[in-house]
Amino acid sequence: MIRLENLTKLYGSFVAVDDITLQVPKGVLYGFLGPNGAGKTTTLRMIAGILRPSDGRVLVGGDDIHRNPLIAKQRLGFIPDRPFVYEKLTGAEFLRFVAGLYGQEGEIIDRRMAELLEVFELTSWKDELIEAYSHGMRQKIIISSALIHRPEVIVVDEPMVGLDPKAARLLKDIFRQFVSRGNTVLMSTHTLEVAEAMCDRIAIMQHGKIAASGTMAELRQQTASGDVGLEELFLKLTGGVHERELAATLGDPR
Amino acid sequence: MKQPSLTHVLQPKWRTALQRLREERAGSGAKLGILATVGLGFWAAVFGILYFVLRYFRGVEELGPLLAGKLLGLVLLSFMSILVLSNVITALSSFFLAKDLDLLVSSPVDWLRLYLAKLGETLLHSSWMVALMSVPILAAYGVIYHGGWLFPVYAILMILPLLVLPAVLGSALTLVLVNIFPARRTRDLLSLIALGAAAGVIMLFRIIRPERLARPEGFRNLLDFIAVLRTPTSPFLPSEWATNGIMSYLRHAPDPLPLVLLWTTAAGCVALGAMLHAALFPQGFTKAQEGAERFIRGTLWRWTMGRLLRWLPVAKREFVLKDVKLFFRDTTQWSQLILLAVLVVVYLFNIKALPLHRGEQVGFFQVTLVSFLNLGLAGFVLASIAARFIFPAVSLEGRQMWLLRSSPLDLRALLWSKYWVGTMPLLVLAMLLTGLTNVVLKVSPFMMTVSMTAMFALTLAISAMALGFGAVYPQFETENAAQIPTSFGGLVFMMATVALLGAVIFVLWQAVYAYVRAVYDGRPVVVDAWMLSWFTVAAAICAAATVIPLRVGLRRMELFEF
Repeated sequence: MIRLENLTKLYGSFVAVDDITLQVPKGVLYGFLGPNGAGKTTTLRMIAGILRPSDGRVLVGGDDIHRNPLIAKQRLGFIPDRPFVYEKLTGAEFLRFVAGLYGQEGEIIDRRMAELLEVFELTSWKDELIEAYSHGMRQKIIISSALIHRPEVIVVDEPMVGLDPKAARLLKDIFRQFVSRGNTVLMSTHTLEVAEAMCDRIAIMQHGKIAASGTMAELRQQTASGDVGLEELFLKLTGGVHERELAATLGDPR
Repeated sequence: MKQPSLTHVLQPKWRTALQRLREERAGSGAKLGILATVGLGFWAAVFGILYFVLRYFRGVEELGPLLAGKLLGLVLLSFMSILVLSNVITALSSFFLAKDLDLLVSSPVDWLRLYLAKLGETLLHSSWMVALMSVPILAAYGVIYHGGWLFPVYAILMILPLLVLPAVLGSALTLVLVNIFPARRTRDLLSLIALGAAAGVIMLFRIIRPERLARPEGFRNLLDFIAVLRTPTSPFLPSEWATNGIMSYLRHAPDPLPLVLLWTTAAGCVALGAMLHAALFPQGFTKAQEGAERFIRGTLWRWTMGRLLRWLPVAKREFVLKDVKLFFRDTTQWSQLILLAVLVVVYLFNIKALPLHRGEQVGFFQVTLVSFLNLGLAGFVLASIAARFIFPAVSLEGRQMWLLRSSPLDLRALLWSKYWVGTMPLLVLAMLLTGLTNVVLKVSPFMMTVSMTAMFALTLAISAMALGFGAVYPQFETENAAQIPTSFGGLVFMMATVALLGAVIFVLWQAVYAYVRAVYDGRPVVVDAWMLSWFTVAAAICAAATVIPLRVGLRRMELFEF
């Protein structure tokens, strides 16, 4: 459903994303992991069509997001890590506005809006300006806006940040249901337990490159690890094991 | 506990300023060059004009020094009024909304240091422009009246407390208002400020009555006129003390009293301001953080504008609706309309006040010339308005660009919506400004047609240029729309607009001159090939100035990265 071909992004001489190729199949919840500064957000923003790649291309449902943006973006819902929205619109107005951006309006949108607001417990807030919303509520309204046009793919950057446990659980359920209907989710997260529990496949990024990708079993095989959890695999791939050993040495009273 | 020094509290501010300066220096030399040239040119122009005015005053027996003093009084009084207003607005952001407040308030910094640091920040942000502006003005006084080498020092000593006083007053006013109005209801606060400013301008004009000074014949005799000139505007106004202090120094009879008065009052005010801050700031700061706005259904917009725009595709319609709603819900935006209304009234009043229709027959040539040159003046006014309202349009989308770029919204639709949301009101204003001015001037139907058509085309171009330059020089980091036009891009836009106005006026003058000659010679006015060709050139310039900036802006927006 999403295909990255030799995707590269340079900021001056700094290589943020270094020639990565990745295939995210349809009907899969794909986890995108990596330490801070690995290039995850840059990659996701290129997939969403916000950043232009320096080289390579992004295909969403077979259409190049930069060459054929209008068709490719119709299939996509993007949830960024920082919830910047129009502060002076109400929640309901924002959702209607986003639906309009996808060319959708009318009763069907009103019905979807009511459903989403109900699910995310925002119904009583729908006519309040977004500037009065808490961080978590903003996140919820953005998630709703990404779902309002019924996308086939959701690209989401750190979805759990700011959400209360109930909303986090709800979101996990929504994503699983979304995928079970044959749709696709590409999700970056730092919460490894969430990734391990939810994702069908995982890619781990390090220094702008894909260090490893596949199912948990495939990752274990690639790293020649035994029956270890995702945290161990992640640390092994990203070099965090050394830091942990150092921390242990420093903490040793001897 | 040992308190950090004031310099330490202010460290992030001055370090940031230094870093910005370093970045500017490292950047393109052309940008600095243009800024320096424009700045120096402006200084030279102010100095030059005042130099000639003061030289003329100096030549007038008895009245001359009085007129010079009165003029300085007027200038300083205007400065103080502007400063109080700008300090109220700046204090709101530096004392209550700034991002560093959480850190400062949560750390063990005592209230006096916090007050002084924030007062200094407010003073600097709101007064630097006035301080720079006073340099060529005072320099002209110093040169004409032979102030000597010590005059600059004396002038600085006089002006400094004049900057401190409005800063204290403005911050205190904001402090009180934030405590009165609940939570982030800055809407009420700012509308109050805007109305206060409008009322202040009118009051200022009433107090000063400048028209009386312009028409000495209105006084019963010369003694009355001199009596008015001698009377201070108000003996309690600090600007009057500064005027007296400066003028007495320039008359080579320095009077220390104004200097003492200014500094003691400033010190006293800072002390009082600090006490007020200690008493009211904690509560005000708490209130400023309370969220909450009103409950808004927005159905009015949906039923009115929504229905009116029914014919538009849904994406464009929602975009236009969104822009209009955001404008009218943001007090920092709509409150400027009040000042705009005052500006239009003053503009028309000034045209009416021109001594063109006072009894005797007025030359046809003068009326036509004023009407024609009004194109340039009205164009400049429209350019300033476009700089304030249309230029920031693209920048203001910056934080939400993730949404627009990840959706299938065509950027052309975005630009189209922004263009017409900005252009429609500007067109109405342009037509009103030009039409009413022409009616007041009683111009001929030919001039009415030419100026209205030209203004129509110019408005389309000015609006496109504002949007285009706004996209080429975006300011995504600035949250305050009012600050965006004061950027380098805003300056380039204004310079480009002046060039456009100059070119169109020059081209049209060829046609209008042919018309004036025909009327003057008593020949029938015929729109011949000569005139038509000049009209076509003007139209072509306006069309190019509309299409090219929009295209360049679009291309630039396609390259935006976030």
